[in-house]
Amino acid sequence: MSRYSIWKLIGQALRGHQDWSPAWRNPEPARHYDVVIVGGGGHGLATAFYLAKHHQVGRIAVLEKGWLGGGNIGRNTTIVRSNYLLPGNSKMYEKSLKLWHQLSQELNFNVMFSARGVLNLAHSDAQVDAHVRRGNSMRLQGIDAEWMTPADIAREMPCINLDPNMRFPVFGGLMQRRAGNARHDAVAWGFARGADMMGVDLIQNCEVTGFRRNGGEVTAVETTRGVIECGKLALAVAGSTTTLTEKLGFKVPIESHVLQAFVSESVKPLVNHVVTYGAGHFYISQTNKGGLIFGGDLDKYNSYAQRGNLPLVDHVLSAGVAMVPQISRLRMLRSWGGIMDMTMDGSPIIDKAPLDNVYLNCGWCYGGFKATPGSGWCFAHTIANDAPHPFNEELSLRRFETGYLLDEPGNGPTPKQH
Amino acid sequence: MLMIDCPFCGPRSHDEFSYEGDATKERPAIGGDGDMAAHLDYVYMRDNPRGLHVEYWQHVNGCRAYLKVLRDTVSHQIIATGLPDAELTAPLAEQEGEG
Repeated sequence: MSRYSIWKLIGQALRGHQDWSPAWRNPEPARHYDVVIVGGGGHGLATAFYLAKHHQVGRIAVLEKGWLGGGNIGRNTTIVRSNYLLPGNSKMYEKSLKLWHQLSQELNFNVMFSARGVLNLAHSDAQVDAHVRRGNSMRLQGIDAEWMTPADIAREMPCINLDPNMRFPVFGGLMQRRAGNARHDAVAWGFARGADMMGVDLIQNCEVTGFRRNGGEVTAVETTRGVIECGKLALAVAGSTTTLTEKLGFKVPIESHVLQAFVSESVKPLVNHVVTYGAGHFYISQTNKGGLIFGGDLDKYNSYAQRGNLPLVDHVLSAGVAMVPQISRLRMLRSWGGIMDMTMDGSPIIDKAPLDNVYLNCGWCYGGFKATPGSGWCFAHTIANDAPHPFNEELSLRRFETGYLLDEPGNGPTPKQH
Repeated sequence: MLMIDCPFCGPRSHDEFSYEGDATKERPAIGGDGDMAAHLDYVYMRDNPRGLHVEYWQHVNGCRAYLKVLRDTVSHQIIATGLPDAELTAPLAEQEGEG
């Protein structure tokens, strides 16, 4: 495996692109690994990458039941931001955003990160107050935030409906200019290639079926490709978290819900930022191919089906047409659903599990994609040091017991409200 | 579209209902032994089964009754519907199918 560069590209072009080597190996599982990470999605691969890069933990394997990056990392709306109110959340998300800004260089793989700005619209005096409060909180934490009036928005974003007589007129918006979006698959592939180059074994088509225990310690993982002994076990399996924690014998405050996303046919540049609608739940951006990619609420009932239902399509598009009326005549190309691991307070968990050598990375709700590098970085630290980093110490499993919840909107223990 | 067979209104689209979550949780008595642990489990912890799930739905845009529904979280198939005090059980074939 070698690094990609302009010279390599020119050389390969002269030879008709015949000699590119596969981006990663496809190894047979070994008998023993020092760290076994379950889940070959964005977070699992990022964890493996940062473990191998920054920590001396021995041999590392990532076990994936399907193919790499086939879960939520391949089925999201690609938004990257760190505009959170609570320091417990923003420390990790801001670390993540900083990693995003130099990720293509770090991975030697173009993740197509674009800091085009994320704007959250406000539609009432109360919402303006809430957004400005969040903006102030962000600035106090050293994160950029900027208030935009309707006139500012009209100048930069002519696509937004600013008619003062509409049902929910736009009062302004909170902009984070360092935020933006990225190419979702490239993130998974970049981390996979980077981890593989440092010797991590990425084992695909390897479903975990059970665990072997010695008291509070997990000694081995039973898989469809045989028994694999482990020194430490790390779970990064998003919507399937409770399926595995049930086998390990403890409970987590998580429900699995389906979240749909949509992409339209390609059009000329129309939406140049990521914009979210505040009177409903709707977020939109435009891909490099020109398709408008957007999403909204959960379907709001427990689900493990990677598909949603029609009433929610109607709900999402109603909000979309209110905000950007000209999309009403666009044709929708595709819609898809992903399984969100919704926690009871809407914030993630990166922590030790209540077992000796097991670590948990779960509860990403709507926010998993943007967290990919930060989550991997913090989780790698937590696994290597057997203790959380200050960036993720508040994202603990115990917060539900102690009462130090991270409930951004203050909606209470109801996953469908987060 | 999920069709929920409301005992009062007949089969209706789930769009008329509000999902109220896991119906297996019972509020523990206040002040008993292990009070905090019982409340932690009641308020936050969920089995989150992949397969059969007993849940509450309220017919908010209809008769406003609370209903209990037994539904498969993978296929979305609704297997049984009843009033909140009903004991819903799946036919044997369904139980075997979900293992």
